[in-house]
Amino acid sequence: MMPLAAAEHFVRAPDWTWYILFYFFLAGLAGGSYAIATLLRLWGDPSDEPAVRLGYYAAFPLYVLCPVLLTLDLGKPLRFWHMLVNTTPGATGVSFKVWSPMSVGSWALVVFGIFVTVSFLEMLVRDRVLRLPLADRAARVLDSAAGKVWSIVGGVAGLFIAGYTGVLLAVSNQPVWSDTWALGGLFLASGLSGSAALLALLVRYRPDAQASTGMLVLSERLFALLELVLLVFFVLTLVPAGTLGDAFGFPWILLWLVAFAGLLPGLRGLLTARLALTGEGAVTAGAGGAAGAVTGGGAVASQAALASVAVPALVLLGVLALRAAVIFSAQ
Amino acid sequence: MAEITPGQAYGFFTDTSVCIGCKACEVACKQWNQLPGNEPAFLDGFDNTGSLDDQNWRHVQFIDNVPDTPIGTGQGKAWLMMSDVCKHCQHASCMDVCPTGAIIRTEFDTVYIQPSVCNGCRDCISACPYSVIGFDEDTHVARKCTLCYDRLQGGLEPACAKACPTQSIQFGPVSELRQQAGKRVADLHAQGVTEARLYGDDDSVYGGLNAFFLLMDKPEAYNLPNAENAVLPKRNNPGGYLTGMVTAVLGVFAGLVALRRRRPPAQETPPPGGPPPGAPPQGGPTREAPGRAEGGEG
Repeated sequence: MMPLAAAEHFVRAPDWTWYILFYFFLAGLAGGSYAIATLLRLWGDPSDEPAVRLGYYAAFPLYVLCPVLLTLDLGKPLRFWHMLVNTTPGATGVSFKVWSPMSVGSWALVVFGIFVTVSFLEMLVRDRVLRLPLADRAARVLDSAAGKVWSIVGGVAGLFIAGYTGVLLAVSNQPVWSDTWALGGLFLASGLSGSAALLALLVRYRPDAQASTGMLVLSERLFALLELVLLVFFVLTLVPAGTLGDAFGFPWILLWLVAFAGLLPGLRGLLTARLALTGEGAVTAGAGGAAGAVTGGGAVASQAALASVAVPALVLLGVLALRAAVIFSAQ
Repeated sequence: MAEITPGQAYGFFTDTSVCIGCKACEVACKQWNQLPGNEPAFLDGFDNTGSLDDQNWRHVQFIDNVPDTPIGTGQGKAWLMMSDVCKHCQHASCMDVCPTGAIIRTEFDTVYIQPSVCNGCRDCISACPYSVIGFDEDTHVARKCTLCYDRLQGGLEPACAKACPTQSIQFGPVSELRQQAGKRVADLHAQGVTEARLYGDDDSVYGGLNAFFLLMDKPEAYNLPNAENAVLPKRNNPGGYLTGMVTAVLGVFAGLVALRRRRPPAQETPPPGGPPPGAPPQGGPTREAPGRAEGGEG
């Protein structure tokens, strides 16, 4: 990695606040949901199909809000398209700078949007919600290898969308942000863990997707571990730069505590059950009455049902708090 | 002065050793560029501007080093004055990150934000290491010193240089300014003013600054990054993306591990309200399976 000198900063804050915070949050969840759905589609078994559809469904509304938030954040919202088209007199053309994450990200949002939208429509056709003359034939095209390629490319775009926002912050001269190389990975890992939690939460609205709950619970534990490792790297890179106090001082430490609390369910699961689904894992994983059978008590079952909502909600809150701490502490 | 010709590199040489802090440059700049400015504030010393931003494209810094104890004569360093301005860097951080192409290098080799192209994303503000650019709440775009682009096109020197009564601000072709600056710093050294130094006249900070300075103290004393701290935002691209890619690979791997280790799908688990754990031949192996897989690989 790059040697980081104890950098002094002489910059003004860009005032990226609430719109950007929620964009980062939604981008992480949209990209992560699409990527997890792709994993289930390509390497899961037929019983994962409902969860695949759930993932692709979830990604669409999450995604749609992203460009809206970004546009609202602009000083000149009607010029949002200037991100893609250079209107400089005498030099008009495509605007694309590979070294500017905001430029790359703008294009990535367009590309990911195509994949999210097509996959969303495909699922509507497969669920027979959308009935159009040629739709079935189009969906059948996506049954072939072309469909797999489509999912993979879209999944890669999703992973990019979930993570590049951290690189965007790092490619600046702001304290904290530009002192570390860990933000891109950190946002990606937290986006994935949030997406796994979100999909586990959404399963209750699509009971036939319960077959995949086990995978979601287990992957959430591993994503939480990945996030913890990157959090450690984040802290380690801020020490030589001397900006650790900026990032973790009061009141930001409160947000960091929430972010860390969001990691705890996954880490605790990893410590107690490792990669086995026992205890509360089996409760959430078990279909229908299996939960009651294993734990054998109405009160315990309702407690477990509460936990199956509260735990993913805590994870999602942690995903939001992590981004808030990073965004606000540096400005 | 000589004719201003497109294609040549122009800039400022700001000699802080002769700045008297009159702020004529600030006033001339505001007048020509029609900048309403902010409400004046009583800040430290004689500074009521605060910092460079969208409304203040020249800012006279007053750096107060006066000690509490009485001092002798010839202590000219006790109070430093410096008319700060956009540096028009050769390697411009703002231009690098700008996603719209609004920030361009003009035919006079200056860095210019086109107000008709900028969409107010503020990425340049996060990038500028000199805190030069500000977001204008009236026009809703990023603004900074244009090095009087319009005056240059009309053959006129920038307003601040024209107004400066002590020639602290000198305008001209960068190559000529560098020669003058070299001579000036040699003169000062000959007079025993050894603390005089040039900042940005060579490529040690941002590939060279078209608006460079003669300083009477370390760059940090003027809130300027020294050569070590003058780093470009895009330095973080490789490390950031690499970490992201490694995380993506590990994330996919984690997903695959989760798929492998999970409890077999619902239809193979005991039916709702089924027999107690361990009793049926079907239930036992199902629940053991993840544990066995773990033992085998771990």
